[in-house]
Amino acid sequence: MNVMNEQKIEEAVKARMTAGTNEVIKMRGDKVTVHYGEKQALFDVDILIRENQVTALIGPSGCGKSTFLRSLNRMNDTIAGCRVGGKITLDNEDIYDRAIDVVELRARVGMVFQKPNPFPKSIYENVAYGPRIHGLTRSKADLDEVVEKSLQKAALWNEVKDRLHDAGTGLSGGQQQRLCIARAIAVSPEVILMDEPCSALDPIATARVEELIDELKQNYTIVIVTHSMQQAARVSQRTAMFHLGYLVEEGPTEKMFTNPDEKRTQDYITGRFG
Amino acid sequence: MSGLTAFLFVLVVGLIAFFAGAARARALDDGKIKAHSRPQYHGAWAMLLAVLPALGFLIVWSFGSGAYLNKQIDERVIAQTSEKSAVSDTLVRSLADGIKRLDAPANTNPPATMSELMPLLAGKGVTLAPDTQDYMIPIALDANSMASRFGWLGGLGALALAVLGALYGIRQVAVRERARHKVERVMLGTLFSASTIAILTTVGIVLSMLFQTIAFFSEVSPWSFFFGTVWDPRFAAAGSGGSQGQFGLIPLLAGTLYIALVALLVAVPVGLMSAVYMAEYASRNVRSIVKPALELLAGIPTIVYGIFALVTLGPWLRDISAVLAGGSPFIQAQSILTAGLVMGVMLIPVVSSLSDDIITAVPQAMRDGSLGLGATRSETIRRVILPAALPGIVGAILLTASRAIGETMIVVLAAGVAANLTANPFEAMTTITVKIVNQLTGDLEFNSPQTLVAFALGITLFFVTLVMNIAALAIVRKYREQYE
Amino acid sequence: MTDITASSLPVAAPPARRDIGLKKRYAAEARFRMYGIAAITFGLVFLAIMLGTIISKGHTAFWQTTVTLPVTFDPTLIDPQNKRESDPSVLIKANYDKLAQQALISKLGIDAKSKPEVAKLKGFLSDSARIQLRDMLVANPALMGQTVTVPILASANIDSAFKGQVDLTVPEARRKVKDQQITWMNQLAAEGTLAEKFNTGLFTYGASSRPETSGVGVAIVGSLYMMAIVLVLALLVGVAASIYLEEFAAKNRLTDLIEVNINNLAAVPSIVFGLLGLAVFINFLGMPRSAAIVGGITLSLMTLPTIIIATRAALAAVPPSIRQAALGLGASKMQMVFHHVLPLAMPGILTGTIIGLARALGETAPLLLIGMVAFVANYPATPFDPATALPVQIYMWANEAERAFVERMSGAIIILLVFLMAMNLTAIVLRRKFERRW
Repeated sequence: MNVMNEQKIEEAVKARMTAGTNEVIKMRGDKVTVHYGEKQALFDVDILIRENQVTALIGPSGCGKSTFLRSLNRMNDTIAGCRVGGKITLDNEDIYDRAIDVVELRARVGMVFQKPNPFPKSIYENVAYGPRIHGLTRSKADLDEVVEKSLQKAALWNEVKDRLHDAGTGLSGGQQQRLCIARAIAVSPEVILMDEPCSALDPIATARVEELIDELKQNYTIVIVTHSMQQAARVSQRTAMFHLGYLVEEGPTEKMFTNPDEKRTQDYITGRFG
Repeated sequence: MSGLTAFLFVLVVGLIAFFAGAARARALDDGKIKAHSRPQYHGAWAMLLAVLPALGFLIVWSFGSGAYLNKQIDERVIAQTSEKSAVSDTLVRSLADGIKRLDAPANTNPPATMSELMPLLAGKGVTLAPDTQDYMIPIALDANSMASRFGWLGGLGALALAVLGALYGIRQVAVRERARHKVERVMLGTLFSASTIAILTTVGIVLSMLFQTIAFFSEVSPWSFFFGTVWDPRFAAAGSGGSQGQFGLIPLLAGTLYIALVALLVAVPVGLMSAVYMAEYASRNVRSIVKPALELLAGIPTIVYGIFALVTLGPWLRDISAVLAGGSPFIQAQSILTAGLVMGVMLIPVVSSLSDDIITAVPQAMRDGSLGLGATRSETIRRVILPAALPGIVGAILLTASRAIGETMIVVLAAGVAANLTANPFEAMTTITVKIVNQLTGDLEFNSPQTLVAFALGITLFFVTLVMNIAALAIVRKYREQYE
Repeated sequence: MTDITASSLPVAAPPARRDIGLKKRYAAEARFRMYGIAAITFGLVFLAIMLGTIISKGHTAFWQTTVTLPVTFDPTLIDPQNKRESDPSVLIKANYDKLAQQALISKLGIDAKSKPEVAKLKGFLSDSARIQLRDMLVANPALMGQTVTVPILASANIDSAFKGQVDLTVPEARRKVKDQQITWMNQLAAEGTLAEKFNTGLFTYGASSRPETSGVGVAIVGSLYMMAIVLVLALLVGVAASIYLEEFAAKNRLTDLIEVNINNLAAVPSIVFGLLGLAVFINFLGMPRSAAIVGGITLSLMTLPTIIIATRAALAAVPPSIRQAALGLGASKMQMVFHHVLPLAMPGILTGTIIGLARALGETAPLLLIGMVAFVANYPATPFDPATALPVQIYMWANEAERAFVERMSGAIIILLVFLMAMNLTAIVLRRKFERRW
């Protein structure tokens, strides 16, 4: 079992040896800490998120990877008693600075959640929601175009173009998740955060979403939390390993899976704990 | 012997059976064979054997003899008047009740004419319908003596059954007797019967109102009731006989709906916004203070709201309108506005607690999805949460509307009694519930259309609210399932 | 740890700022919040105004103006022909008003022969003085000829005037209280003869046509009878029904029907229960009108759904582990329920019951229909006697025109609210104290 795992991972890594030549920093975490009330969930995380790359956050459950993801667009603000310390920057601007507006931040850093959560509205309305609230389009024709483009980018257009006004909740799980991705894309964010986007999907739907992520990185910076090692290996250029609230190690994905610096990373990747 | 006395005697026999049965069980237990049940179960079983058949007999007997009595009265009345009249039968029964309350010897040998009997009855606080006839007196007397005979027979029969049951029960006590099983089966039956009271109540409500309504429709046509636009029941004063008045439902229904509408216009936005604020914005501290305070509004009896409308708010609105109009007030002290406003405030906690449940049932994932796209809180609430909660909120509004339509004391005090048909919210209108109270309070004779109409109104009210409640509960349940 | 050298990488240039209408959107956000605050404020302000007006109108009802006078039981006035030995009814029929008036005249130092002066005394003392003095003498004939200091109620008008509720700027002719009476009132008050005392009568009297001798005592007894009946009937039947539905009932159509019925009955207008009571209990079963027993049963049926819903929730909250433990020890299912589950659910059941009782206590409409709106001056000895209830008494006073009745009515509302508050507080304390976390 393990052998097969390792083999698979290696193949995946080799297949995706992309040389990160002109790397540019999109986001940066500097001694990030997160407290939930008395309990500290994240300890001094330093990390760089590179533009137009997929960064995967991995680690056993409860390691703080989702917490860190949520602090990248301040979704933690909605949780009572949650405090974020340290510094997180987007294009060198501190996103926790008073001058930064959280609404604007989230329009730039979109988010896709673990469980597909389409609004109980039509497919069209789900995608149009973001452009509408932010006033991004001038006319109905504009909006139609944005909806169509977003659905195309999310590789959902062909499946739903004839039933745009059906309920979004009527789609299959994988389609729902791609709808949520289209919904996020429609706002034209710079960064898309994905919190285990495939955990509720079947293998075929997962493959579709993974393909999609790979395409999206041309236009967007993507940070993805995943539970599945293979997925991290398949979709990401960089991988960060979290454990017990600490960032254990971060590096190019191929290096993380073949020759990690830390023993804990090695153990986790080879399935010794998790 | 009255039913109550017989009942008490039966209970005494039951208690004796209990102790005797338990004592016998204890005496039989020699410790060699393990008894199946503890002594108190044996006692309880003996008691049940004594009490249950006797009580069952007593109940069947009293209904049976009552029905027989009614049939006798009916036949005698037909023999006298050669026509069947349910009204006359009722009059005889109330006359018989009245005579029973008189002092001896008048209770067995009353005067032969109503004109002599009436003052005697009045002295005992019994008022009878004016068309109680002289020929009814002997029928009533016979009915009384027959009833008393039946009472004795039934009581003695029940007592005999109780004693037999007790003896049988005590004899049955044996070491391996499964008394506990039997007792528990009876207990289960009792529990089940208790749960059917809900059905019985509904059936009781429907049947009781249905019979009176049918009686009403035998005198007033359903058409003129449901579609009549004039409400003028004209209480038949003694001797006025012929004129029976008009019983048009439309003005009452219009008033009911109008006031309910005003109340909903107040309660729904205010209640909904309070619920939204409590669920989405308020800090824990604010919630812990404001929520009980709003619940206090729900705990205040509606009569207090009605009195506030009558004594304070109504006159105040009238005076304000007088100042605004520079002279004569355009808002009446009792008005649709006053009643609707106060009822609206009463309903605020109803709306807000129902909506609170519904809003908090919308999954957090919806909020996250919207906030994650950069929506503000209010955008999330208005564009995602409220639309998602809409079916539930519609259900809540239906439930609230049914409360508003059935509310009585506020409108009795604040809406007025005149059955107007008006569109002006500053004038008085009356409602179905007000008229039910009006028609049934005071000294009333039971079988005139003036009082029977209250039941026709009641059954209308019951069915309107029933449909609304069922629809509301179905919507709310469906909505809950959607998110479970 | 991580290769920090990476920090030397260039940082992305921020893209051009998009205009996403933040200013307008935050204004809308603030407006929306304001609506919420306004809604809550509206509710709370209304509550405050309502309670405020009731308390300001009603608190004076707890005080009653009383004139303490030395009354001489003068035989020449009571029994001028001296035949009380042969005809005891003389003592009943005597002119006791005159006694009280005499006492007042001598206290005020008015010329007893001046007819116009004496006429102005009319309506100064309560008419109840007659009955009060009569009962004193009948109870103790030895008082004849003696002088006793008796606290006598002032009339409702003087009471209002003394409490400052009468507008003295209104011309005398249009006032019920005349200037001379005000002067006397002030004179007596200065002597300490006339003073406000705690109004025990409010809690002991029944209905009366005179405001100063009307109270809620009789109504409270009626309400207590009904509460006792509701407590017994609704609690027993409600708990039994809940146990069946929660612990024993099979999932079938009948059970569904019962559940639908319970949910619906909880939302049926209360007045419909009044119609039920009138048609079934009074008309069909021939129970007495205006009696607490009928009111109690009617309110029980009304309260039943509330209690059943609360009880089922309390039973459902008892964890299955306790049931399994009891069954594992060989208890029958019935024993498990009555020995283990029910006692554990009791606090929740009681809380629900108290809340149901509080609702029943404030309920008025159904009681009007079963004739409890009668003028009841005497205490009901049994639940089968004519009685009235606290909220109905309030309703009856609301229909009285006199100002003094409004004061009584508001006082009675305060009493009712205090009762309700006490019940709800008990429920809260009970819940807090026995709340179990499994």
